[in-house]
Order: sequence, then structure tokens, then C-alpha cells
Amino acid sequence: MHDAQRIFYFHMPSWVATFLAFFVSFFGNIAYLFTRKPRYDWLGVAGAEVGLVCCTIGLITGPLWGKPAWGIWWTWDARLTTTFVLWLLYLAYLLLRSMVEETDKRARISAVFGIFAFLDVPLVYVSNRFWRTQHPTPVFFGGPNAGIDPTMGKVLLLCFVAMVAVMTVLLLDRYHLERLRGEVSLLTSEIASRDLEPRHRIAREHV
Amino acid sequence: MRNFQYLVAAWFAVWVVFFLYQISLSRRFSRLLEEVKRLKERLQ
Repeated sequence: MHDAQRIFYFHMPSWVATFLAFFVSFFGNIAYLFTRKPRYDWLGVAGAEVGLVCCTIGLITGPLWGKPAWGIWWTWDARLTTTFVLWLLYLAYLLLRSMVEETDKRARISAVFGIFAFLDVPLVYVSNRFWRTQHPTPVFFGGPNAGIDPTMGKVLLLCFVAMVAVMTVLLLDRYHLERLRGEVSLLTSEIASRDLEPRHRIAREHV
Repeated sequence: MRNFQYLVAAWFAVWVVFFLYQISLSRRFSRLLEEVKRLKERLQ
């Protein structure tokens, strides 16, 4: 593999960041269904979108590692297929949100769909433990032959921290963006009700 | 330096994806900030 082995330092941290972001989204979706507070909906969409970005990085760097290692860019084994399905599910989550206009309805539907989409995350995690795959066996928690050299471990840890930090910053940015969007819809409805009020008054006076 | 091109491609891909996403976020932010400003002016 030679230099291509180092793609591992981008690839694996991007998946850790993906799973963390999707977990944040999952938490936001569940919390929204219980509390109906908009901030959890914002958290749900922020986690889903940033998770999708990290997932895209994982899906690009994986084949770039696979070509020199396996001689092929892609194969439809259990790990790669469940991962691709995960990417599609969260893409569908974002498309679904863009299709529903009404705020409450959008938050409710996407929270339910988000919980459903998250079910694929544990499936991705266990896929190369339960089935024989082209994808390498787990490096961590993968049995007696798993693990990496301590020198590699330090570099990998640094990459984990960097990737998770970038993911966190993007997630916070995305959360604030959604909060701003909430403010826009609040102001819009306030203006609409203010514009309607004189007409109602005139109508009442006529009655 | 064998297979170095794959490593460079991966490095480049990570930066491009994050950079494009950051640009998309910034553009959406500035659009919404303008919208909030306009709506607040209309309310006053």
C-alpha cells in the first residue's frame, strides 16, 4: 500500500465524526418528539447535515484507499453497502425537510425519519463483525488480533481530535443557522398577523 | 513514494468538501442575516 496507507488517518476519524454527528441528530430528533421544543429540531438537522458532510469524506477517502489496497474502487460488500445506504438515508432526511413548508409538521416528520435513518448506524458498525467483507476487520474492539502500533495510535488520536473539533465547529455553525431561520419565520408570522389585524378590525366594525 | 497520488487526492478531497460546506454555510448565513434585518425594519 505504501503511502496510500496514510489515507487511514483521514478515513477513520471521518467515520468517528460521522457517527458522533448522527448521534447528535438522533438525540435531537428524540428530544424534539418528547418536548416539541424547536431547539431540538435545529440540533437534529445540524447533526444530520454535518454528519452527511463527514460521511461524504469517508465515502471519498475509502475508495481512494481501496484502489491501491484491493485493486478496485468499490465493492458491494456488507460494510460498504450499509454505509452507502446510510449516506442516502441522511440525504433523504434533508430532502424531506426541504419539501415540507409548515414548521411543526416538518420538524415532526423529519424527527421520525431521522430516528429511522439512525437505525443504520449500528448496522454499519457491526457489518464487518457479523459478515465476511472485503473491508478490513475492525481495528478497535475487534478481537485478539485487532489494534495498531502505539506510534500510529498517537497520530490517529491527533487526527480523531482534529476531525471531531472541525465537526463540532461546523455543527455549532449549522445550529446557529437554523436558529436564525427560526427567527425569520417568527418575524414573518409576526408581520403577517400585524398586517391582518387592521383588516379584522374593519371586518368586525362592519359586522 | 508509491501510491502517493492517492494520498494527495484524499487530502485534497477532505479540504475541498469542508471548504465547500463552509462556503455554503457562510452564504446561507449572510442571506438570513439580511432577511432578519429587512424584517425587523419592516416591523418598526
